[in-house]
Amino acid sequence: MVDALGRIVGPRWVRHRRAELATYTMDGLPTRESYPGVVVMPGSTAEVREVVRLMHLTGTPFVARGAGTGLSGGAVADPDAVLIALTRLNRILQVDPRRRRATLQPGVVNARLSEAVLPHGLHYVPDPSSQAACTVGGNVAENAGGPHCLKYGVTTNHVVELEVVLPDAAVIRLGSRQGEPWGPDLVGLFVGSEGMFGIATEIVVRLEPIPSSVRTMLADFSTVRGASEAVSAIIGAGIVPAALEMMDQACVEAVEASIYAAGYPTDAAAVLLVELDGGADAVEAEATTVETILRARGAREVRSASTPADRARLWQGRKKAFGAMGRIAPDLAVQDAVVPRSALPDIMDRIEEIRGRHHLAISNVFHAGDGNLHPNISFDRRDPELADRVQVACREIMAACVAAGGSITGEHGVGSDKIDYMPLIFDGDTLSAMRAVRLAFDPDERANPGKVVPLHACREWRATPAAR
Amino acid sequence: MSDVIFGRLRALLGTAGVERGSAGLPRATPESADALSLVCRLAHDEGWKIRVEGNGTWLPADAPADLAVSTRALDQVQSVSPADLVATVQAGTPLEALRRRLAEEGMWLAIDPPGRPERSLGSVVATGTSGPLRHGFGPVRDHVLGCTVATGDGRLVRAGGRVVKNVAGYDLTKLQVGGFGGFGILAEVHLRLRALPRADVTVIARGPRDTLSSAARELMAEQLLPGTLELLSPALAGESDWTLAARFAGTDAAVQADVRRLSTQGDLVWQPLPADRTAAFWSLVARGSLGGPVTLRLGVLGDGIDETLDLLAHDLDEGLVSAGAGAGMIRWTGDAPVERLRAVRRAAASREIPMTLERAPWPVRHALGHFGAYREGVGQLVARLRDTFDPGHSLSVALEGGE
Ligand SMILES: Cc1cc2nc3c(=O)[nH]c(=O)nc-3n(C[C@@H](O)[C@H](O)[C@@H](O)COP(=O)(O)OP(=O)(O)OC[C@H]3O[C@@H](n4cnc5c(N)ncnc54)[C@H](O)[C@@H]3O)c2cc1C
Ligand SMILES: Cc1cc2nc3c(=O)[nH]c(=O)nc-3n(C[C@H](O)[C@H](O)[C@H](O)COP(=O)(O)OP(=O)(O)OC[C@H]3O[C@@H](n4cnc5c(N)ncnc54)[C@H](O)[C@@H]3O)c2cc1C
Repeated sequence: MVDALGRIVGPRWVRHRRAELATYTMDGLPTRESYPGVVVMPGSTAEVREVVRLMHLTGTPFVARGAGTGLSGGAVADPDAVLIALTRLNRILQVDPRRRRATLQPGVVNARLSEAVLPHGLHYVPDPSSQAACTVGGNVAENAGGPHCLKYGVTTNHVVELEVVLPDAAVIRLGSRQGEPWGPDLVGLFVGSEGMFGIATEIVVRLEPIPSSVRTMLADFSTVRGASEAVSAIIGAGIVPAALEMMDQACVEAVEASIYAAGYPTDAAAVLLVELDGGADAVEAEATTVETILRARGAREVRSASTPADRARLWQGRKKAFGAMGRIAPDLAVQDAVVPRSALPDIMDRIEEIRGRHHLAISNVFHAGDGNLHPNISFDRRDPELADRVQVACREIMAACVAAGGSITGEHGVGSDKIDYMPLIFDGDTLSAMRAVRLAFDPDERANPGKVVPLHACREWRATPAAR
Repeated sequence: MSDVIFGRLRALLGTAGVERGSAGLPRATPESADALSLVCRLAHDEGWKIRVEGNGTWLPADAPADLAVSTRALDQVQSVSPADLVATVQAGTPLEALRRRLAEEGMWLAIDPPGRPERSLGSVVATGTSGPLRHGFGPVRDHVLGCTVATGDGRLVRAGGRVVKNVAGYDLTKLQVGGFGGFGILAEVHLRLRALPRADVTVIARGPRDTLSSAARELMAEQLLPGTLELLSPALAGESDWTLAARFAGTDAAVQADVRRLSTQGDLVWQPLPADRTAAFWSLVARGSLGGPVTLRLGVLGDGIDETLDLLAHDLDEGLVSAGAGAGMIRWTGDAPVERLRAVRRAAASREIPMTLERAPWPVRHALGHFGAYREGVGQLVARLRDTFDPGHSLSVALEGGE
């Protein structure tokens, strides 16, 4: 296998010694580790296709990998599988500023795309906190989100066309530049398929103009409930902020104790970041309304900024929150779940209760506008007893979010980490429909096997077509 | 045969759940997702063909079938949550009833599809027909958080969820939105809503088509972001010239500011529509697309509008046309023989423009298919997906043309 792969991509782009493989044993999830059999780094779509053809002919499972920042174990491969690292496919193939489209290879780093189109006054909107490292291919596979997805939508709303190498090495093109499908919405179906439908080798995305006027506001509250209610009140007033983010006291303390200190008040129970954008007059008027709402719901202080430098200062703590939390303890379990916005105050109480009962350190930083929580647990995985408590707490938090009418993941995906939670929100027929759809793309189930759909929970699906 | 089917359906759904439709065809009117799935299972097991009917306003109910399934009795708004801006609605609910219900609670579904206000929500989702609001609020898919679907063999699939952000499992909802019922029958839909806009202002300008479309492109470059920027043909708007209509919906301050800015841009003379005429204007536009037996949708970009409209005018006729001057997407309604429509699809495909047959009598749908011009390899994939969701091929839907 190593030789055969070497003949396709050149021997220097194949890694198989244990020490070389060590970099590829994990992604951003601290609890899953596995050595892949081989790592191969194709340098072109043609090479991806040849590699996949080899996998097909030899019946070998494979796992696509972008930057490996995923938080659900998605890019981790078992020893019998070949890991296909796509980081060499990092070219922006075309930028069409007039039509606001960019065509790129999957290994392009998210932030680099926005930098590249900045001279045209454009940007690529989905901005995961990991944007300095993660790839657009990984974003497509996970349907990644970010703070600015509240108003402008997540990855699926910005990808219009895809070239995909199917697990049998056939290359297909889905969607159109315009965003209108040629048939059923297969681009929509592919986005979020976590590497299990094939490998995206070319991606056409929408670009958006950088808003002419932006206002960022930072408000601090003495109760989490007050801050949560302010969130609902703003949206209920018909205002859709570009971003609406919350950090709790534990998170603010972590940030302020770190080199990233942003001057957030550490005695506040919660801090809310609100960003408005659009035309100058509209932003001005909406900012007045938002400030009134924030104060009415108990904001102690509202800071406001409109120049890029001032805004960056207000954002700094939020952007660096994960980095700051990562310094508290050796490991950080970054959790991801969703609740209906109205359930925010109750779920925050519930998480606090779970935290106390299991004696854990949990800090919350999240996309409050769409109810997407990130309760993050700091721990040390070398302490097995503590690691167990973390697992139990995670499961309890998931169950609580599901009971509130929510979901087990809003942007990080299921991967292997959450596969056992899937039956909490999907019944047997729905899970088996997912599996059947996967089989339409990948009849041998060799693309990223064992992720997302818990096979044992599927009902038998009558996929045999009647006489045709 | 039809008596047998009628009797079996009665046994399944009771007297009230079955009736005789046009030409004596048995028509089942299930009231719940479970009942719907039982009907599908029975039809699958017996090898009967089903045609889906909503409220009788968009597609003619003429697909060949052994029984009709009407979603008419699936007409309940099951839950609405103003605080979360989401709702769960049965697929047969007429849009207008839903609109009124939501407005009472200060909410709004930002979709304005062509057709009559009684159109069922399910038909809008199944056909993925968005209207002018697509410009500012996105296509139908952006408003659908999840759905419950009965597959052709009677399984219930509950795709997606009721929260506005969700990546648990594959996004099966996307297959149902715009799937024309080929992957199952929608029983209920989870919707993303917005707060009812405090202000909703439409301004219009009239003139030659080219003038309006190039003015629209300039507006886009100026970052003016109306909810709608739609170019309407003379026949559709009932005017002697083309119309460019911009609609701003949002907070008072934002709308006023945008309308003010619009009037200072370019040379067009913009006239605000009186508030009491706005709804009637857009409703006329929506109904205009029923003015001929065939409706097409072409995916173009803003700068391709003129060229594509020329193509349509040349190969078909000017027609009843509504075109998203910013977001692209052209909707054409008129009449034309299959061969000419096929030629248009080919010509569009050679320019990389997808053409979807949204609406037509069965012989045209059957010959042409809602879709066509698949790229290499895509047809097989779609066929496998269809086999997955309708293994017995019970759903009488012409996704692809019969040739
Ligand atoms: C007495 C009578 C009079 C009629 N008069 C007219 C008429 O004047 N004009 C006319 O155009 N039609 C008429 N029809 C036909 C009518 O029944 C339509 O076919 C009906 O289906 C249209 O409903 P709709 O407007 O909600 O959209 P539909 O046309 O039902 O929906 C459009 C498409 O969506 C599909 N669909 C609808 N709901 C779902 C769902 N829940 N899940 C999956 N797919 C779905 C349909 O199969 C169809 O492909 C009449 C029918 C009857 C019985
Ligand atoms: C500090 C931190 C903050 C984060 N913040 C966010 C956030 O705000 N929002 C958010 O959504 N996520 C966030 N993430 C998670 C992660 O960055 C995203 O999921 C990202 O999309 C993963 O990209 P990647 O290139 O690292 O993919 P990888 O981790 O390498 O792979 C992820 C999955 O995608 C598949 N894959 C990769 N490339 C392809 C391809 N070309 N074709 C098909 N499948 C492919 C892999 O098989 C795997 O299943 C964060 C992670 C970290 C560490």
